[in-house]
Amino acid sequence: MGILAIAQLEFLVARRNMWVATSVFMMALFSLVLTFAGGATAGNLGVDPLSVAVTSITTLSVYLVPLIALLLSFDAIAGEIERGTLALSLAYPLSRGEILLGKFLAHFVVLAFAIAVGLALSALLVVSQHGLADISFAPLLRLYVTALPLGATFLGIGYLVSSLARQPGVASGLVIIVWLVLVVLYDLGLLGALVADNGGYFTTTIFPFLLLANPADAFRLLNMPDVSVVALASGLNALGSETDKTGLLISLLGWPVLALFLAWISFRRVEP
Amino acid sequence: MSALNINNVVKRYGTHEVVCSVSLKIDPGERIALLGHNGAGKTTLIRMILGLTPLSAGSIEVLGTAPGARTARSSIGFLPEAVAFQGALSGREQLRHFARLKSVSMGKADDLLEQVGLGDAADRKIRTYSKGMRQRVGLAQAIMGKPKLVLLDEPTSGLDPVSRHEFYDIVRDLADAGTAVLISSHALTELETRTDRIAILRKGRLVANDDLTALRKTAAMPIVVRVTTLPQKVEQVANELGARRVNGQIVELTCLQDEKITTLGRVSGLGDLIRDVEVTPASLEELYRHFSSSEQGGR
Repeated sequence: MGILAIAQLEFLVARRNMWVATSVFMMALFSLVLTFAGGATAGNLGVDPLSVAVTSITTLSVYLVPLIALLLSFDAIAGEIERGTLALSLAYPLSRGEILLGKFLAHFVVLAFAIAVGLALSALLVVSQHGLADISFAPLLRLYVTALPLGATFLGIGYLVSSLARQPGVASGLVIIVWLVLVVLYDLGLLGALVADNGGYFTTTIFPFLLLANPADAFRLLNMPDVSVVALASGLNALGSETDKTGLLISLLGWPVLALFLAWISFRRVEP
Repeated sequence: MSALNINNVVKRYGTHEVVCSVSLKIDPGERIALLGHNGAGKTTLIRMILGLTPLSAGSIEVLGTAPGARTARSSIGFLPEAVAFQGALSGREQLRHFARLKSVSMGKADDLLEQVGLGDAADRKIRTYSKGMRQRVGLAQAIMGKPKLVLLDEPTSGLDPVSRHEFYDIVRDLADAGTAVLISSHALTELETRTDRIAILRKGRLVANDDLTALRKTAAMPIVVRVTTLPQKVEQVANELGARRVNGQIVELTCLQDEKITTLGRVSGLGDLIRDVEVTPASLEELYRHFSSSEQGGR
């Protein structure tokens, strides 16, 4: 009951503060632009036009979904500390876990809605350009289903940062740094290490695990056509067969749980 | 059973004692004013009662359970010192949220808005509210759901005199219904007649905890007796009573609580020479200054 009450309020606040509109707008805009851009080449290559769009949107989502998730979540605890409402909430018969889960539920719904709108618009655009004949919706559905745990992970990371920072201003700065490091610099670092290592021990043994450890990379690999996975991440052989995506799934589904758990641990230490 | 039983509570931050061995009991239906300078430990004490901050030593029993226990929290009303509700919500939406958390019906939440005088503004956004109106939202949620213990931290700051009056009426109704109320405040004059007991914290120590009359006795603060005389007799009266002349027809003398009756007897013994007598005991403000500054103020 407490969880739902918190979720209801947070959702209302997200709607009023235009977070829902902003998230939907960002997802819709970028999905449409990429679908348009991809559509220009797709016809000539004889590839399923939706798959082309999905590949572009996957690359985009790796950046955009974590960003939206962090923007939704950075204020969740720090903002309440600053406004003095956290002390009040904790004077009510509510546990910290319930407060956290309630906020998570609301933000997750906002995120899921924004991604759904973006993907639906892309699909509509592709169908309107090419008709329904050659289109397979499976990649699109897979993209949606895997984007959700990716978003959930970064919601959890946002709450963790929020309760560690305790001030909204500090939290907002930190989530941008976290986003840069985890989403942009992590891959660049791996790439640099790969080049420097030149096919040595790092490339064959450590690299696959590092790729697995990052939910954004797991998300990306899961949504790549199988051929490219083999080409891009042949090192994953070490973790099983080429098509065995168990490790990737565990990473993608394990991260939200771990991130929320860490956020809860950190939130428990906050004295409002 | 006491609504609140604080027993030798200590709160230390590092080596600094913010609250030093405070004991305080509040019974159902009692209204207690908790006074003290900024940093005297009032807010820390309230946070310990709510279970938001652990105690360093001692014990607190809230409605028969440990502070922060779920059962205790469902029967506590709390108004934090400086609380800023989401400006994007209306008063009604915010209060209905609190009603859901306390399992109170939505209709009750709407009634409460009327009761605190926000009926007309209920559907406006909180960001358009004045400071006093926001404070009323806070008060409404604090008294929601028939709490057995209500903790109000600086509740009347930002309220105009009429609102303050209404506020204390609400507090009286609560106490009449058996709720124990703890009010921390700086607004001393209004607390004088509106609470049953005064507790004063100085540097974390409880230096006073009694009703106003008993505090006056302990403090041995002089009572001021003002005598209005016949215009020509002012000199004579001043000499007879050993009083100080204030002007052409008023003299003033001071006495202690124990001497009050004798002094008044002497005054009325003057018969026709006097026209009026006015007796002013030490105000709460004077008492507060006495207890919160004097080193031997503790009992």
